[in-house]
Amino acid sequence: MSHKVIIPIGPYHPLQEEPEFFKLFVEGEKVSDIEIVIGYNHRGIEKICESKHFDQVAFVVERICGICSTSHPFAYVNAVEDLAQIEVPERALFIRTIIAEMERLHSHLLWLGLAGHFIGYNTVWMWAWRYREPLLDCFEMISGNRNHYAMMKVGGVRRDILDEYIPPLKKALDEINRAVDMFKGAVMDDPVIHARLKGIGVLTYDQAVEWSVVGPTARASGVDIDVRRDDPYGAYNRIDWTVVIRKEGDVFAKTVVRILEMYESIRIIRQCLNKMPKGEIDAEVKDIPPGEGIGHAEAPRGEVFHYVRSDGTNRPIRHKVRAPSYMNVASNKIAAVGQSISDATITLAAVDPCYCCTERVAVIDRFRNRKILDGWDLIRLSQEKTYKLRKK
Amino acid sequence: MSLKLKALTKSLWVFHLCIGGSCNNCDIEILDLLTPRYDVERFGIMLVGSIRHADVLLITGSLTYKSAVRAKRLYEQMPKPGVVVAVGSCALGRGIFKDGYNTPCPLDELIPVDLYIPGCPPKPEAMIAGIVKLVEKVKGKR
Repeated sequence: MSHKVIIPIGPYHPLQEEPEFFKLFVEGEKVSDIEIVIGYNHRGIEKICESKHFDQVAFVVERICGICSTSHPFAYVNAVEDLAQIEVPERALFIRTIIAEMERLHSHLLWLGLAGHFIGYNTVWMWAWRYREPLLDCFEMISGNRNHYAMMKVGGVRRDILDEYIPPLKKALDEINRAVDMFKGAVMDDPVIHARLKGIGVLTYDQAVEWSVVGPTARASGVDIDVRRDDPYGAYNRIDWTVVIRKEGDVFAKTVVRILEMYESIRIIRQCLNKMPKGEIDAEVKDIPPGEGIGHAEAPRGEVFHYVRSDGTNRPIRHKVRAPSYMNVASNKIAAVGQSISDATITLAAVDPCYCCTERVAVIDRFRNRKILDGWDLIRLSQEKTYKLRKK
Repeated sequence: MSLKLKALTKSLWVFHLCIGGSCNNCDIEILDLLTPRYDVERFGIMLVGSIRHADVLLITGSLTYKSAVRAKRLYEQMPKPGVVVAVGSCALGRGIFKDGYNTPCPLDELIPVDLYIPGCPPKPEAMIAGIVKLVEKVKGKR
């Protein structure tokens, strides 16, 4: 007889970021349905933006997400520049591209570490986060802050990348390149990781298109989509790089896509540093005319889209944001259903959703409140599966 | 000093609560504290999965209407004596979201806060310094 239980995941969990709430309906070991409740983190940013003037909005949208804290301002300045037809100096475009790619590097390292933690490789977590540190140091050197860089500005960038910053940056890139080599070897050659991640949480091409997923989640399902190439912004069209695509659509493919994208990011930053022209870093911005503008940017998780409308005053009268996780999280409904509970953790985490930790999880009998599992139990289940496989 | 207070000066177990209404940078920096460069676990500071096991309630982010109730409830469930630490500008005074319609009040109007760590986000060093000051305060040196 099927024994149906509900696993509430969230809304609060100590390890990761925004509160989000999942209800997993479980029959035996299998997940039969999933319900997603969001809205705990609603701050009314779009409304706040309408009360700030165009320069201040860049700081507000930066604080939409801590990990994508360049992608959102990047998309926003693209939108305002589209609205006001501002010519951005060449050097500023290169600096924007460098910062955006550094952000992608640090975000993918962060995800890799957390994914390692979920399947019981705490060493991967520690190593990945250890190699994030030199990158954060570079951010601190360039922008003065480890996480919110505040580099974007309508018409250019706020700070220059000085010549003396370039050698330490290149040194950090070399170090990260070696680390990514190590991770690539660790993921590609480890039979346990193959057994744990292959064929898990599969999202086929058709499903990916149907659920409109974006970013690495889509690219791992064979959807050839990348805003950086499809509608170039910044300096991406002046640089030689490729879009990483995998066909399988499982968690393993998502991991591989992210690891290979790190190589591409390193390549892009190196080229940018070499090709960066001298000159101004910001254009003079006069009044913003009435009208509307759209801008997008490829965040580490997918396409960020911003829409700005102006009525000729110094404030936007409408500002709309669409963030990538909004689509990707919904695709869990396909990917996680039919999996066992111990795979649900990594499947939910695989879209890099900004909530992925499954702390404060309790398995409760739907009618009698009999069996209770908490978040540690769920991670333990996931980790035990890896240990069992490792012993075989 | 009572025995209960003395226990608070040794290895602190921390329950980390991102209350919502935050970007997640403070949370990332808190996780950073556990990773090799800062590694606070060598001082016995550990993240635990339940508030009932914790000495410290570490809160990031500004309150939202949906989450304020839950924050209050979690504080009531915390074993006393315990310490409440607010990390980051948002938890201190709602930060940049002060003018928003969904951020009802600063955290310390809802529950008592013992330690404020400012910054957007505060550096991991700042958090360690904050905890050191807190322990000194409990010991009665400040």
